[in-house]
Amino acid sequence: MSLGPSQVREIAHLARLAIDRNDIPAYVENLSRILDFVEQLGSVATEGTAPLAHPLEMPQRLRADVVEEEDQRELFQSIAPATQDGLYLVPKVIE
Amino acid sequence: MHKKTIAQLAAGLRSGDFTSIELTQACLERIRRLDSKLNAFITVSEEQALAAAQTADSTRAAGRGGALTGIPIAHKDIFCTQGVKTSCGSRMLDNFIAPYDAHVVERLKAAGAVMVGKTNMDEFAMGSSNETSFFGPVHNPWVDTAVPGGSSGGSAAAVAARLVPAATGTDTGGSIRQPAALCGISGLKPTYGRVSRYGMIAFASSLDQGGPMARTVEDLAWLLEVMAGFDPRDSTCVERPVPRYAAGIDAPLTGLTIGLPKEYFGAGLSPAVGDLIQAAIEVVRRLGAQIKEISLPNSHLAVPVYYVIAPAEASSNLSRYDGVRYGYRCIQPRDLEDMYERTRGEGFGAEVKRRIMVGTYVLSAGYYDAYYLKAQQVRRMIRDDFIRAFEEVDVILGPTAPTAAFDLGEKTSDPVQMYLSDIYTIAVNLAGLPALSIPAGFAAGRPVGLQLISNFFAEERLLNVGHRYQQETDWHARIPPGYE
Repeated sequence: MSLGPSQVREIAHLARLAIDRNDIPAYVENLSRILDFVEQLGSVATEGTAPLAHPLEMPQRLRADVVEEEDQRELFQSIAPATQDGLYLVPKVIE
Repeated sequence: MHKKTIAQLAAGLRSGDFTSIELTQACLERIRRLDSKLNAFITVSEEQALAAAQTADSTRAAGRGGALTGIPIAHKDIFCTQGVKTSCGSRMLDNFIAPYDAHVVERLKAAGAVMVGKTNMDEFAMGSSNETSFFGPVHNPWVDTAVPGGSSGGSAAAVAARLVPAATGTDTGGSIRQPAALCGISGLKPTYGRVSRYGMIAFASSLDQGGPMARTVEDLAWLLEVMAGFDPRDSTCVERPVPRYAAGIDAPLTGLTIGLPKEYFGAGLSPAVGDLIQAAIEVVRRLGAQIKEISLPNSHLAVPVYYVIAPAEASSNLSRYDGVRYGYRCIQPRDLEDMYERTRGEGFGAEVKRRIMVGTYVLSAGYYDAYYLKAQQVRRMIRDDFIRAFEEVDVILGPTAPTAAFDLGEKTSDPVQMYLSDIYTIAVNLAGLPALSIPAGFAAGRPVGLQLISNFFAEERLLNVGHRYQQETDWHARIPPGYE
């Protein structure tokens, strides 16, 4: 499976990754090589085999629906790039 | 003091031959003197270490404490440590001071272990050579121009060079076992769910597992006993009693059946490594084990399955790094989208970006069935191979890695070649099984690792075989030249 430069740019956009234009050819080559390599799975007969998402296949444990966490907003926001009045600041999204 | 194992150091602390403060100072001094050559540490936490050593000494003076009280250790920089930087080997988290401790960190701290610092690693644990770290590569203590393996390369090098008696690691596709093999130390990847992943920065959540790295198997047993156990904060952590691992390591191997998967001794294996593994087989045979050839017919599909599943999970896990709540944020973003894209583009290194893109692609509409679903089906076939094998044998034995340590830069230009250095370790993660790597000799002066794999939650069996092997051999006691 070979990818072209426009597909690499599209994937990078879906993943929200800014890629330097000069680096695109290297990503085209490496990602194509990786996808070529995993392509061999296509020829394996898997009809009737259920997918395995998790090695122990155990049911999800549930806990009682009670409050366990205390409010630690100040502590968690102390490492944020930008906050104000207890809120996280990001560039303006609504004009 | 630096030549002693945890078991020997604990005896010395108990009998008052030295204090934890003296021991910790000796470790810190070796790190200061020798780590400039290795680059095994990202952060050295001297102040906290000396305070913890002081506490450990008081605990011992009061007649309390256990096997690890006052023992210096290092944590892989993937484990969150309150008040000490946790970078995960990435620019993205170069400014990240976790507001809490990981479960493993908490447990070892409660047991009195003294953290001296955080070790270097491949960025977000994505690599097999420690060359993807934002903080530069780690050098192999045995051969300066060789890689230490990865992703827990800093932990492996620090233990091998006798900077610390033990360190933590994490293993998603071989990241404890392969660096342990390449640096000539012992490392254990426990059963998936045995050790809590709480506070361990996520790479591929259905594969990630933390474990101990030390010089001897006996030390691994002491460490695992503390690290393992139920933690409700990790929803996949298994509620199951923790055995006293160190108690059973001396059992005889008579009556034990050890399987040799023929696929692990094929064309890809370097002849020098193959010869050393054959010699190790003779040792366990002499100890009374029955040897039997077995087959794991889908082994050759493990690496391709992994390079669909692990990037898919990583692309989802790493979406949290958006520059909003913690970590790196690009300067002067034009708008929100520009902030996301540049933060992530600048904060992540090339290998991490490659894996996020592979994961994004295989999960995208139209490709999901062909890649992700297919890989999950083959994952079951790989796991079922092991389940069938363990109906016939107690332990599976083979090489940890196909070669000894390769040179720095040797595999950086071709990601697929790098991925293939984990050819014998990856299937174990896909199946969720426990596995051990221990030193089995040297190929042209570079250490070679022996891998032992057992059934789910049968870590005791692995530690037993590994310990008996180490009673018969002295590969684990060899010290790299220049670090005596």
